[in-house]
Amino acid sequence: MSGAVLSLDDVVKTYGDVGALRGVALEVAAGELVAVVGPSGSGKSTMLNIIGTLDRPTSGTVTIAGNDVATMSDDALSRLRADHIGFVFQHFHLQAGATAAENVADGVLYAGVPRRERHRRAVEALRRVGLGHRVDHRPHELSGGEKQRVAIARAIIGEPTILLADEPTGALDTASGAAVLALLRELNEAGTTVLVITHDLELAASLPRRIRMRDGLVSQDDRAGTR
Amino acid sequence: MSARGTVGAADLLRLGVFGLRTRPGRVVLSALGIAIGIAAMTAVVGISSSSKAKVDQVLDTLGTNVLTVTEAQGFGETPPLPATALESVQRQDDVESAAAVGTVPDTGVYRNGFVPAPETKGIGVLAAWGDVPEVLGGQLASGRWIDDAPGAAPQVVLGAGAATALGIDRVRADSRVWSGGQWVQVVGVLRPLALAEDLDNSVFVPRALAAQLGFDGAPTAVYTRVDPARVEQARDVLAGAVRPGAPQDVGVTRPSDALAAKNATDDSFTGLLVGIGGVALLVGGIGVANTMVITVLERRAEVGVRRALGARRRNIRDQFLVESLLLSFLGGVVGVVIGVGVTVAYTLAQGWPVAIPLWAVGGGLGATVVIGGVSGLYPAARAARIPPTSALAAV
Repeated sequence: MSGAVLSLDDVVKTYGDVGALRGVALEVAAGELVAVVGPSGSGKSTMLNIIGTLDRPTSGTVTIAGNDVATMSDDALSRLRADHIGFVFQHFHLQAGATAAENVADGVLYAGVPRRERHRRAVEALRRVGLGHRVDHRPHELSGGEKQRVAIARAIIGEPTILLADEPTGALDTASGAAVLALLRELNEAGTTVLVITHDLELAASLPRRIRMRDGLVSQDDRAGTR
Repeated sequence: MSARGTVGAADLLRLGVFGLRTRPGRVVLSALGIAIGIAAMTAVVGISSSSKAKVDQVLDTLGTNVLTVTEAQGFGETPPLPATALESVQRQDDVESAAAVGTVPDTGVYRNGFVPAPETKGIGVLAAWGDVPEVLGGQLASGRWIDDAPGAAPQVVLGAGAATALGIDRVRADSRVWSGGQWVQVVGVLRPLALAEDLDNSVFVPRALAAQLGFDGAPTAVYTRVDPARVEQARDVLAGAVRPGAPQDVGVTRPSDALAAKNATDDSFTGLLVGIGGVALLVGGIGVANTMVITVLERRAEVGVRRALGARRRNIRDQFLVESLLLSFLGGVVGVVIGVGVTVAYTLAQGWPVAIPLWAVGGGLGATVVIGGVSGLYPAARAARIPPTSALAAV
């Protein structure tokens, strides 16, 4: 497994007069586990939106799994997200009234997978994140750590090329956070490329590659062992 | 397997039901507006059709081949019918049966001899030829029709209204009324005559008794049942037959026309009520649109997450459109149930047949689908425009 699954070249994103990203260049190879760190306002959330194709850059080139985002229609981007990108959010964003399995199954709803098949894969994904016994529980019956694991199951059910996790441990206590991080490592070891956006330096330090953002630019890009 | 990028109908329905199920209070309130509108329209149409069905039923039993011959109704003086009017009518080929009544002037009937003469309670005394209730499709509530044979004892049959006014609901051995200075035996009580409501507040006496009371012998109205296939032809010749020299002085009417016309005048009132129901429906539709707009505002994060999971704009639009349709349709179903319930309760209480036209129910439900669709267009379009980045922006 090799080659870049994600590359940014001179990416600029401005909101009015404010430059959120000011020429970012970045390459992530398949199978990497990367932390993106930086203080608030450093541009890391903007970069997450652009890597996740939720937003388009003002200028520069973004290539995700071999697709040049700039030339793609909104529908094509939606499909790219369905096929290649899994999202994990700080606040989980689960459907309150739906069971864990229903929440996870929504991860492939827009990929055109039939209902029965969705459910089967949802149960499988829940087992993978260690929640095989929580299939029919609703979010309010789950702990914070369990909710985040449901959200991770939803992100991986479609077997994405890249898993983007935005502050995945930010709303969790230390123990749950550690468990979620362990799960992300495990998924990475099984082959998924994982990007973790965080402002938790300790967490970042435990990952093999760390990209540090400051004022809309990549200020540092460390590999394991250099720190 | 559904094609890529499309969400199947079953899944859309599931999403819509789910969206509504998680906000039950709001669903009830906004569906209520639609329900009231549809209930009002269904009930109004149902009740008016049931009333029409009742009139049709009445006309079916009474027949539409009864003609009434009177002096012409109009301006100026018209002479009363000639004394031979009934015989003239009976001579016509198309006439199957005929009967007549003649007003006995300045005479009243009373419970007893102590009631002052002016207190007639509006009850008129009519001399009768032939079996008046049979020709008019009427029925006796009690007793029998008067015996007109020469030498028969003085007797009287009461119209339904007159019977009520006199406090005699059925015939007993001692049922009698005071008229012209003597007791007269009551031999029968009629049910209301749908084809001649003006007779309900009268009493009927044999001509012999009428003559004693000061009757001049000329009928004031001849009722005739004619060949059902030749009603119009019979109508044309009757006036000339009764008064060959001056047919314009004779009026021939068809009382079933009056019944049908009375029903037709109800139509404009029904139209008004349906209009009010329509306004309620419009307001209900605006309520649904309002609810959907709020729902969309509240669910920006959900939309963002769905976009991040790969939903296209049209998937989001369809989801909210279906939710709006369901919300409106739900109100429509509840409204139809209420409307049908009200109609059934009302018509049963009136003793009418229940007749709710299928087009009213189908049209009502169809209208809610249209309303739901139109109301959902704007909110759904707004939802589809929510940027995918909302997934991260929302906390």
